[in-house]
Amino acid sequence: MNILKKFLGLVWMVLGPVAMTFLFLQAVDKVGLTHTDIERTNTMLQWAIILFIFLPISLGLMIFGFYAWKGEYDKLPDSSEEI
Amino acid sequence: MLEFQKPTVQVANWISYVYIRKTKYFQFMSETLPKNNIFKVIGASSLGTLIEWYDFYIFGSLAVIIGHQLFPEDAGASALINTLAIFAAGFIVRPFGALVFGRLGDLIGRKYTFLLTLVLMGGSTFFIGLIPSYKTIGYAAPILVLVLRLIQGLALGGEYGGAATYVAEHAPENRRGFFTSWIQTTATLGLFLSLGVIVITKNILGADTFGDWGWRIPFLLSIVLVVVSVYIRMKMHESPLFSKLKAEGNISKNPLKESFNNKANFKMVLLALFGATMGQGVIWYTGQFYAQSFLENTCKLDFNDSRYILLWGIAFATPFFVVFGAWSDKVGRKWIMLCGMLLGIIFYRPIYQTFLDDTDPTKMDMSAATFKLPKIKHELIAGTPDSLHTSITQVMLTNGTSFSKVQVDTVSASRGVLPAKEVIRDKILSKPVFWKFVGLIFFQILLVTMVYGPIAAFLVELFPTKIRYTSMSLPYHIGNGVFGGLVPFIATLIASFAGSTPLSGLWYPIGIATLSLIIGTIYLSNKKDEHIND
Repeated sequence: MNILKKFLGLVWMVLGPVAMTFLFLQAVDKVGLTHTDIERTNTMLQWAIILFIFLPISLGLMIFGFYAWKGEYDKLPDSSEEI
Repeated sequence: MLEFQKPTVQVANWISYVYIRKTKYFQFMSETLPKNNIFKVIGASSLGTLIEWYDFYIFGSLAVIIGHQLFPEDAGASALINTLAIFAAGFIVRPFGALVFGRLGDLIGRKYTFLLTLVLMGGSTFFIGLIPSYKTIGYAAPILVLVLRLIQGLALGGEYGGAATYVAEHAPENRRGFFTSWIQTTATLGLFLSLGVIVITKNILGADTFGDWGWRIPFLLSIVLVVVSVYIRMKMHESPLFSKLKAEGNISKNPLKESFNNKANFKMVLLALFGATMGQGVIWYTGQFYAQSFLENTCKLDFNDSRYILLWGIAFATPFFVVFGAWSDKVGRKWIMLCGMLLGIIFYRPIYQTFLDDTDPTKMDMSAATFKLPKIKHELIAGTPDSLHTSITQVMLTNGTSFSKVQVDTVSASRGVLPAKEVIRDKILSKPVFWKFVGLIFFQILLVTMVYGPIAAFLVELFPTKIRYTSMSLPYHIGNGVFGGLVPFIATLIASFAGSTPLSGLWYPIGIATLSLIIGTIYLSNKKDEHIND
């Protein structure tokens, strides 16, 4: 199980930037589709918010993957006292 | 003759350590908290939390009406998306509220922190009810509502962690899941209360008056509820574990630094987020919020019918928060939560496909349908010689189903009649289909109770007392607030893309729940930490 945890850590490390790239490309694509002369149908603000929020979260996923790769989750603390 | 083997020194030390620790804990709890007072603690905490959820959810339950009030009349679908964006903004700032008020809670105590959050929430909800519409103050209306919505989000970010921590720190160690599950019912009951108040107000005032100004009443009513709750909470005592820590001078000097700069703690924050709260959040908001939005906006169900279905589903499913919370005390928290996620991943698409199929007029037997005479309305378009010609025909089927066919044509002075596409709306379901939908909503909320019932105890047990408020609040509010709260918004956005189907939006909660399920299965431990007085 620890080997699986470790190698999946690599997946999480890759998944973070891949998810952000996907979101960014989606944002460019979808915002580009809207008619710029109709301000109210433009979803640029919504996409900017989504990117702003999910950027630190994907960074968190990378750190999570890094910890997993380093074996930090091989043995979890038995009690919060150990933290 | 039987002879007991002499324990080794380490084993003897360990046994005496556990014995002394347990004895001290129970001594401490019995000194600080009379046995039956736990229910008073739960009652007072839950009431305030319920009111905060009520305040938070009225906005979402009234998104369509508020959209008409805050944006220009011709904004169409973008008014709903923008209103959902304002609604989502409240969720997005919840993690920041968790940091601000979590820090306060670990520094000055649980009681005063969640008193403050209650006042902020109630005040901002009340003021949303007073904001003039777009017609009166233009774009200042959505901007002011956005600001108040952000305050609501910050307040809620501070409230939940405080209430869950407060109850958990009063609860006996072997029944923490059971006692904290009462706090877990408050989010769903807050939604129930908001839907109930909205439906009752609308039925009393009538649809037109409600759409005009009656929608403000549920917001204004909040101030009364908050005053009652503040009064009750003022009488509560500080958490015994926090008081003990404070008396010993062991409270954290910098909870944020100790929570997130300490690798041992931070890695648990990340694990809680990706392995539990992220999946829990999307299951919660799909089953209760997106479901209602889908029934109303995609299936075009009648305003009241879509809410009645949810009200019944919530009423039947809510007791299961306590059932699963209590069960998690016996079998552990992990597998109950992950099982809820797995069932959501498997069943969401079939459930929502059934919603679509059973409300699709092209799949209904129209042979014996009765068509009422159409209601015709002409309206001039302000500032132009053109007018709108609205025709509403009510169709009633023999099985009790009915709906309205609405066609709004533009009569142009220069180009003649410009016919628009006929829209079917205000669908009222036959009794069997109505109860079938209640069953499907009940099932989704049952999944919510599985993922949400045990999670407060799970989070509390993950972190030490002195930084518990801060540490548990952040993953909870990112998971529940950001990943979960954005479900209606992101799913609606995905469903509006070219080439998408009405079910495309479901890929967001299904994808997030799948990721959380994999991480939770592989990395989480099912072990309960019974001693949280560290």
